[in-house]
Amino acid sequence: MHLVRPRDLDGVLDALAAHPGATLLAGGTDLMVEVNLQHRRPETVICLRRVEELRTFEPGFIGAGVTWARLEHGPIPALAELARTVGSPQIRAAGTLGGNLGTASPAGDGLTFLAAVDAHVVLASTTGRRTLPWSAFLVGPKRHARRDDEVILGVEVPDAAAWPQAFAKVGVRQAMVIAIVNCCVVRPADDDVRVAMGAVGPTVLRVPDAEAAVVGDPTPSAERLARFETLVRDGIAPITDHRATEAYRRHAAGVLARRTLERCLPG
Amino acid sequence: MSDVSVRRPEVADGVGTSVLRPDGIPKVTGTFEFLGDQHAAGMLWGATRRAEVAHARLRHVDVTPALAMAGVHAVLTLDDVPGHRYQGQKTTDEPVLAEEEIRRCGEAIAVVAADDPETARRAAQAIVVELEELEPLTDLEEALARGELFRHVRVRRGDPDARGEVVVEDTYAIATQDPAALGTEAGLAVPDGNGGLDLWGPTQWTHVDLPQLAACLALDPTQVRVHPARLGGAFGSREDLSMQTHLGMLALRTGRPVKMVYDRTESFVGHVKRHGALMHYRHEADRDGRLVRVEARLLLDSGPYELTSAAVVANSTYFALGPYRCERVEVDGYALKTNNPLSGAMRGFGANQPCFAAETQMDRLAAALGVDPLELRLRNAIGPGDHLATTGQRIEHPLPVAEVIRSVAAIPLPDPLPGPDVDPRRLPGGTGRTSPPGALVRGVGYAVGLKNLQFSEGFDDDAEARVELTPDGAVVHTAAIEVGQGLVTIVAQIARSTLGMSGVEVAFDHTGQIGSAGSTSASRQTQMAGGAVLRAAQAVRAAALERAGGDDLDDAGVWRDGQLVASLADLLADGPLDERVCFKHRPTDVPDADGQGDLHVDFCVAAHRAVVDVDPELGLVRVVEVAIAQDVGRVLNPLQLHGQIEGGIAQGLGHAIMEEVLVERGIIRNASFTDYLLPTCLDAPEVEAVLVEEPSPWGPYGAKGMAELPTMSATPAVVAAIRAATGQPLTRAPVRPEDIVRGAPA
Repeated sequence: MHLVRPRDLDGVLDALAAHPGATLLAGGTDLMVEVNLQHRRPETVICLRRVEELRTFEPGFIGAGVTWARLEHGPIPALAELARTVGSPQIRAAGTLGGNLGTASPAGDGLTFLAAVDAHVVLASTTGRRTLPWSAFLVGPKRHARRDDEVILGVEVPDAAAWPQAFAKVGVRQAMVIAIVNCCVVRPADDDVRVAMGAVGPTVLRVPDAEAAVVGDPTPSAERLARFETLVRDGIAPITDHRATEAYRRHAAGVLARRTLERCLPG
Repeated sequence: MSDVSVRRPEVADGVGTSVLRPDGIPKVTGTFEFLGDQHAAGMLWGATRRAEVAHARLRHVDVTPALAMAGVHAVLTLDDVPGHRYQGQKTTDEPVLAEEEIRRCGEAIAVVAADDPETARRAAQAIVVELEELEPLTDLEEALARGELFRHVRVRRGDPDARGEVVVEDTYAIATQDPAALGTEAGLAVPDGNGGLDLWGPTQWTHVDLPQLAACLALDPTQVRVHPARLGGAFGSREDLSMQTHLGMLALRTGRPVKMVYDRTESFVGHVKRHGALMHYRHEADRDGRLVRVEARLLLDSGPYELTSAAVVANSTYFALGPYRCERVEVDGYALKTNNPLSGAMRGFGANQPCFAAETQMDRLAAALGVDPLELRLRNAIGPGDHLATTGQRIEHPLPVAEVIRSVAAIPLPDPLPGPDVDPRRLPGGTGRTSPPGALVRGVGYAVGLKNLQFSEGFDDDAEARVELTPDGAVVHTAAIEVGQGLVTIVAQIARSTLGMSGVEVAFDHTGQIGSAGSTSASRQTQMAGGAVLRAAQAVRAAALERAGGDDLDDAGVWRDGQLVASLADLLADGPLDERVCFKHRPTDVPDADGQGDLHVDFCVAAHRAVVDVDPELGLVRVVEVAIAQDVGRVLNPLQLHGQIEGGIAQGLGHAIMEEVLVERGIIRNASFTDYLLPTCLDAPEVEAVLVEEPSPWGPYGAKGMAELPTMSATPAVVAAIRAATGQPLTRAPVRPEDIVRGAPA
């Protein structure tokens, strides 16, 4: 196995140009599991941990190398809540938001926030930078639009810290559990409600019909909330797997979205 | 037998004190050398090629691609087994490596020794295996219909015509539980240069491994030394051989030490599990709530090889009712042969599964009668002088059934439902913030567990121990295995209090140095290894006093009339003071055709109360508190005993709400700690424990074994509490969110 340990972004880009298709290693919390299980046997690994440019965390931009531990104690409430649900303290100290994008699991907790705030994924290579909306970047389960010669720099996000927002996640354990369903709701304004659901489709997804049902109503009635719950249930595409049944995921997604929305409403 | 209950409280760190484990700090600071940390000079690494389907015909194995790889020293298959090709603790029916028929997913086909673990793993994968897949037998009813069973245990007792007016009847299911010891299987075999070898492996009983290994390796038992292992947990899963024979074969073939470590995924197919079970029960009672008739049919999924299943199903059958009187009992227990994962011993050893079903039946009977569930249990509770409803054995020793029920009920309940400002980690869903306090319902449930101590049905093993004096103090020698449970502390405490000396060390000897201590299982070592140590220490003390003509012994030496008459060095100048004792418990019967007889040495009992908060809309549960009242004889080490209680309750809770080996066509779907969920510290409840101390007449200082009970009735108590909160029948464990939301029956 060939290891490359660049000290800066240019070094990463040069290494990628020299070894297109090289495996990128950030926190390793997904990659090393794959390697240990012998599902992957990378030829060339580019280590990203020493690259300062990937660790930017500022209003409007979050670097791919920002760890869950930093997000957990950061200024964006929903990101902090979801970061707390990722793995154990050791995992959170190593794992990164960029890793969630690179793995592109439908259950990735960080992806719910990125979908809810309509984040743009910034990719870089020696030939330049490009920016893709989250929905163009995540193209399927464990599949994304990163080219072999690109690294994920980070995500452009609105300055969301002050918005009403919340995250929630169903799992059969009090912590350290992969989502059966997860959900992020943000309310940039009364007339703008966004709901992202994870683990209930091939990628994280938004539920526009449900969003439309509660937009512009900061004090929705019980009937309207029930309608919202139904629209979430009908607006997702869960499957049955070893973690839960399709029916339970559908039901739980509706309940979870309604409760998470309620946490974002005034009063 | 007053000799076993004399306390010497003046001895530092003797019985009754919370002595700390000598290996405690090294374990938490990472300096303890576990089995997987061992190394030997010139060592090779082993790896195993395994079947990936549950049932197949093995057409062809070609090892040449693996042998051709640089750094590979040996690739062995069944034909390379030097001796007997099968192993097993009771029946030797498990092939050391796969024969023509492969009977389980994960069955070892070939083993490799190579210079490093990576090469060994790659070589194992390079072996060409041609299989013809066959239909696996995975359904218990079908296995029974086909007569695929290891043992049928039948109990018939009392008046066949006895009938009760109030009837509850249902079918219950409990999933396979993995012991999930944190330390995976690891081992090391070292050739001794004379054709024999030294072996360190995951074991709970070195002397039962020895004859199996010697037979398979075609060695004389004196040529194999099985060493006690420094295990990272066991819970029963190290009672059967895993990698030991493979290590021995590779070491003998290569003439070099060979080490093997299973990763977590391999570990899931590398050790036995708690039997999943399907159980049909019919309880009949009279209008006063007196149990009149119980019929039960218990199907246990053993997997393809017998291992300890014949004894496990016996326990299930004999403890099918719990600690209750009943006029007529008809129980049929079946250990069924399937292509599912191997099951065997696990904490509670077959008594847990029927406890889940039978205690649920008691709650439902109470509801049908309109009686408080604890009152119903008290009306039927057995005690000394009564007969076990299944086997008819008279209870002769203390067995405080009613006392544990009353004691657990008397423990104050925890604070009511949490308010709006509560830390979300204390709510169902935990860090996932799913469940606002207003969405919660609280439930309280009870269950009682009864089980045997020691082995049963005429399997009367014994325990040897040796105590020797040295100029620096005393050394206790034993082959009993410390699996993390605290034996190291208990036997030293017993020796200290008995000798009158605080300077006591424990030496864990290999099979060439000392006789068997029996298995570290069946809640037996405190009484058995401890009983042997007590008697050896008594003999050493008596010999020391006699040699010096003294009347007391302590760390300084022998005293007479308050004067030191001989230091330890003086005493030993006249020869060693070294006593070896083999301790036996009272004999037990073999059952008759109706399962009757004095089959058990002794019994123990505990009652649990669980308090849960449930989010019925999402089906999520948080166990707030589990209280336990437990029969412990006498407490030898309060801190350790509470540790066993808290850990046992967490394991029982796990089986109630999250722990389940998911199996499809005999293949485990969740062979990792990502998807086989164990309780974390946020899932572990508050624990309140009341210890009911009625000294055992034969255990050292009155102690009884106690480490299985905390798990047993914790599972049904937690499920009962969820049932109380939700009104759902919940006839299956673990309870899944779907079961609460939809109330789906088993």
